[in-house]
Amino acid sequence: MNDFKVKVKDLSLRYGTNSALKNISMDIPEKKVTAFIGPSGCGKSTFLRTLNRMNDLIDNVTIDGEVYIDNINIYDKNIDVVNLRKKVGMIFQKSNPFAKSVYDNIAFGPRINGISQKSRLDEIVEFSLKQAAIWDEVKDRLFNSALSLSGGQQQRICIARTLAVNPEIILMDEPASALDPISTGKIEELIHELKKQYTIIIVTHNMQQAARTSDFTAFFYMGDLVEMNRTEVIFSNPGKKQTEDYISGRFG
Amino acid sequence: MNRNVKDTIVEGITGVSVLLIIFIIVSILAVTIVGGWPNLNWTFLSEFPKDGMTKGGIFPAIVGTAMMTIIMAVAAVPFGVITAIYLAEYASEKSVIAKTIRFAVKTLAVVPSIIFGLFGLGFFIGFIGKNMDGLLNGGELKWGQPNILWASFTMALLTLPVVIVSVEEAIRTIPREMREASLALGATKWQTIRRVVLPGSVSGILTGTILAVSRGAGEVAPILFTGAAYFLSDLPRSLSDQFMSLGYHIYIMSTQSSNVDATLPIQFATTLVLLLLTFSLNAVAVTLRYRIRKRAK
Repeated sequence: MNDFKVKVKDLSLRYGTNSALKNISMDIPEKKVTAFIGPSGCGKSTFLRTLNRMNDLIDNVTIDGEVYIDNINIYDKNIDVVNLRKKVGMIFQKSNPFAKSVYDNIAFGPRINGISQKSRLDEIVEFSLKQAAIWDEVKDRLFNSALSLSGGQQQRICIARTLAVNPEIILMDEPASALDPISTGKIEELIHELKKQYTIIIVTHNMQQAARTSDFTAFFYMGDLVEMNRTEVIFSNPGKKQTEDYISGRFG
Repeated sequence: MNRNVKDTIVEGITGVSVLLIIFIIVSILAVTIVGGWPNLNWTFLSEFPKDGMTKGGIFPAIVGTAMMTIIMAVAAVPFGVITAIYLAEYASEKSVIAKTIRFAVKTLAVVPSIIFGLFGLGFFIGFIGKNMDGLLNGGELKWGQPNILWASFTMALLTLPVVIVSVEEAIRTIPREMREASLALGATKWQTIRRVVLPGSVSGILTGTILAVSRGAGEVAPILFTGAAYFLSDLPRSLSDQFMSLGYHIYIMSTQSSNVDATLPIQFATTLVLLLLTFSLNAVAVTLRYRIRKRAK
C-alpha cells in the first residue's frame, strides 16, 4: 500500500452524552473505493460526515480525535472548513439538486469560487456532466429545471455538481439507495470510472454493491469499527465473527 | 339533564355563533357594496375632493395611501427579512438573543396601534426629526413635524412582525438537504443563504410584504399623529410633506365633516375602495402562503 489519503486516529463522536463513534482509527488509500457497511445506526454515515466536517452543522455534537487528509488534521483550529469541503465533496442519500436549471446546478460551485466568465463556466459544465456520464442525456436541456429529471439522473447531476468543484475525495452516503436497479447500475459504473482520479468513500446498505464497487471494506457495528480489509477478504474470509454474521445475512 | 339534550344545545349554540359571524360579514359587505357601488366611478377615483369635501373624489387619498405603503414596505421588508434570516439561520434556538427577539416580535404584534402612533410622534418626530432639524436646517422646522416619511416608518414598525413571521416560516421550509448540498460544495454560510435559501424564500418574502401592505393600507391610528392630513390641495411632493389616506379620510368624513349626511355616499364609496384593496391584497397573500405550505409537505 503506497499512500493513504485519509488517516483517522482515535476519532470519537458524541451527540450530547450519547456515544455514536468510539475510537475509530482507519487509513483510507488514495484513488481507491472504500466502502463502509454495517447495520442501520452503526455510525457509518456519521463517520462519513466527520470527513468533511458536515457534523459541525449539528448542535450538541462533540468530536475528539484527529482526521488527517494529506497529512493535515482537518479538526485543527486553523482549518478553513470551506476549503476543506471543496477538497472533500459529498453526495447525499437523497439526491438534492437545487431548484435551478441543470446548468446553474453544475455552475454553482465554480460560481461561488468566483468564476464568472461564461466560456469557462460552459467548459466546466460540459466537462463535469461528461465525467458524470450524463452529458448525452441532458445536453439539450441544460436550461430546464434539474428537478424535471428522473431520480437517477438527478443523482448523477449531483455527482457532476460535486466534480465541478474539482475535489480530491468524494464521500457518498448511500448514493443509490433510493434508485431503481438500472440507475443504480449507472451510478456503480460511474464510481468505477471516477476512482481513476478520485478517492471515493461510499456508505452502503447493499452488500452486493459494496462487493461490486469497492476495493476496501470497513464494517461498523454499534459505533465501533469492527474490521477493515480488502473487499475480497472481508467477503470471503472475514477476520471477525460479527462481520461474517452480518455479510452472510444473519443479522442487520 | 339528558345527555342528548345537552348535545342538541351545544350544537345549537355553535351553529348560532357561526351564523352570527356569517351574518356580520355579509352585512358589512352588503351595506358597503349597496351604499358605495353606485358612487364608485372613474371621476370619484381620479378627482380631488371638492366643495369643502362634500363632493368630488378621493384621488389624493388613494395616492397617499399607496405612497405611504410603498415607503413602509421599503423600510419594513429589508429589516424584517434580515431579522428573519438571523432567527432562522444564525440564532440557536436556545440562545438568549433569539428568545429575546422572538418575545419582542410577539409583543410588537399585540401592541395597540394607537401606541405605535404615539411612539412615532415621540420618537420619529419629537426626537429624530427635531434633531435632524437642529443639525441640518439650523433649527428651522422641517422634519420635526408630521410627514409621510415618519408615518410610513411608524407603520413599518407595526407591520414588522408580519414580515418577520412570514419570511422566517418560508426560510424554514427550505430543506436541510439544500443547505447541506451548498455547504458541501464549499459555499460559505452567507453564500448558501444568498444563493439557495433566499431564492427559495421569495414567495414567503412576497407574502410578508403583501400582508404588511394590506395591514398598513387599512390602519389609521399609527398615522394619526405622524403624517396624515385632513385635506391637501396637492399630492405629497417630498418625504417631508403630509399626505391623505383612505382610512383617515373615512374617519374624518364621518366625524369631522360639516355635513355628515351629504358625504354619506362618499364615505360608503371610500370604504368600498379600502375594503376591495385590502381584500384583494389578502387574497394574493393567502394564495401565496398556501403554495408555500404545500411545498413544505
